[in-house]
Amino acid sequence: MTVTTVLPEAGRKGSVLPEAGKNSIRLPGGSFAAYVARARSQGALVVQPRMGFCDPAQMRRGLLATRGAGPTVAGTITLDSYTRVGDYASAGQALNRGVPLNGYPLINHGPAVTRRLLAGLRDSGFPVQIRHGSADPHDIVGSLIDAGLDATEGGPVSYCLPYSRLPLRDAVRCWARSCELFAGAGGTGAQPHMESFGGCMLGQLCPPSLLIAITVLEAMFFRQHGLRSVSLSFAQQTHPDQDAEALRALRILAAELLAGLDWHVVVYTYMGVYPASREGALRLLGDSAALAVRGGAERLIVKTPAEAFRIPAIEENVESLQYAAAAATAAAAAGPAPPPADTGVLAEARALIGATLELSPDVGTALLAAFRRGYLDVPYCLHPDNAGAARSRIDASGRLAWAAAGAMPIAPPPGGPGRHRFTSFELLAALSHVRNSYDAGHRPGPIGALPAAGPGGLPTYTDGDDG
Amino acid sequence: MTAALTGTVLPASTAAGPPAAGPQDAGSTRQVVLASVSSDAHTWNLIFMQLLLEETGYQVTNLGACTPDDLVVGECLRRPGAVLVLSTVNGHGYTDGARLIARVRREPSLRDMPAVIGGKLGIDGTAVESRIRTLIDAGFDAVFPETAPLPPFVDWMRALARPPAALVAP
Repeated sequence: MTVTTVLPEAGRKGSVLPEAGKNSIRLPGGSFAAYVARARSQGALVVQPRMGFCDPAQMRRGLLATRGAGPTVAGTITLDSYTRVGDYASAGQALNRGVPLNGYPLINHGPAVTRRLLAGLRDSGFPVQIRHGSADPHDIVGSLIDAGLDATEGGPVSYCLPYSRLPLRDAVRCWARSCELFAGAGGTGAQPHMESFGGCMLGQLCPPSLLIAITVLEAMFFRQHGLRSVSLSFAQQTHPDQDAEALRALRILAAELLAGLDWHVVVYTYMGVYPASREGALRLLGDSAALAVRGGAERLIVKTPAEAFRIPAIEENVESLQYAAAAATAAAAAGPAPPPADTGVLAEARALIGATLELSPDVGTALLAAFRRGYLDVPYCLHPDNAGAARSRIDASGRLAWAAAGAMPIAPPPGGPGRHRFTSFELLAALSHVRNSYDAGHRPGPIGALPAAGPGGLPTYTDGDDG
Repeated sequence: MTAALTGTVLPASTAAGPPAAGPQDAGSTRQVVLASVSSDAHTWNLIFMQLLLEETGYQVTNLGACTPDDLVVGECLRRPGAVLVLSTVNGHGYTDGARLIARVRREPSLRDMPAVIGGKLGIDGTAVESRIRTLIDAGFDAVFPETAPLPPFVDWMRALARPPAALVAP
């Protein structure tokens, strides 16, 4: 693949800029935050893919297709893994040699190419978010500002502990200056919007209370460093009632702790090992849309059936966006679901946030101290700055539960302090729990492939950062 | 297709005979340096592999996500007789893996270190066989693409974990 500088132009043959649907939302400037706020006022769920392509022309085609996928969609430019780790030399080498990257190399292409890619495309009816996965996003934030964009995501914890080797202390420092740089762009009339990825830690098997605590704390960190528009994330887990309970808890805590901010909630379709059957994959996607509606979320990041096997094609993304939007409409039409039972998610999340904030008036310092003491402890996270004493499991009801809580200020699991240790088989079973239950009775493989094995081992997934 | 791939690829070592066990005391637990490649942030594969390799009889040093080449080489140099297992799923394995193993093989003491890579190695499923050949030529002893079943990998590792005497070439 070579990088072409010929971008499809709106209105030209073969690349007609789709008209957004008749109910589409049109606002000046393509503001991400304003778009989501307007959708909320109309009771519509914003659906968004996790698309990222190396070639600007293909990236533009992907955004054009996304824009045409429905009346309430947001576009995504996901960056490649080299850019995530700041290895621009390797990204550049790959570009020169025509080796395809797994996302858009924002820094190597530079703001001029990105502006051309977005010309006539990102506007009042179509906002675009940059997704990256970087523990030090300063260059990325600078480049997206220069490209005229106003939305990105991540966080000092959520893009450090799961994905990076950077010490947490350095990630907190890097994110503080990146947030301040981004907030400074607000002076130019843009409304910088930062999403916390904290509700998606490790993609799966993290009990909801900790996800809620981390995303709320990251949003408070963003506020402290000057941002005024944020979103809080939550990834669909193993049980619809527990997920609905979690979204309710998240909204209660956000309302209490983020007063004065523009905020909304984004749900992620299941990020763990994805069903291998087309039927199972679509049903899981539909359930995530129903969850978003039930939990009052404003935005949904979708997955595609192909994602269990490879990076999805543009058309597959469009299909997922349309499927999710239809499922959300159906869920809304079906009327309100019964409120979820309170199994203690809110109380746990509140305790985790409270114990953290007590450690320092500075949110970054409080986060560092909380992880050092194990008050926050992400199960199965390999980063050296994570205490590593917590373990989770899937209980008999299918809900995520703590097998060991370490030093976190939450009740130890019944049956005594957890000495539970998965075997590889048990871990694989837990990781595959959702896949197996959604695949039951269906033939695997939208493309006829089998789940991954070998040292890459287990069925793969693309996480929110895309990689 | 899958069987053919595993059959042909699995061992580079089928041509060369079983991998040598390396300078290690009989009876001691053989070590694995478990890593990913520098651009790959995924860790569930590493957590799973650690458990699997421990159950197979290895002592595992799990280096975690986004392992820089120098870190992997350094950890291998510190553990004579260890096996290098790279697990990667972000689609950059063909590129990053080839670069990393070339770097490993430039160290005289690591020239014969058993080394294996597996996972989701490319961003699409194309040119799998030629890309695997590239990884073998670059210095891996075996390559397990995502379509390969798990048991041959476990067998391969189990064979390496046996007491050295059983493996030393006559």
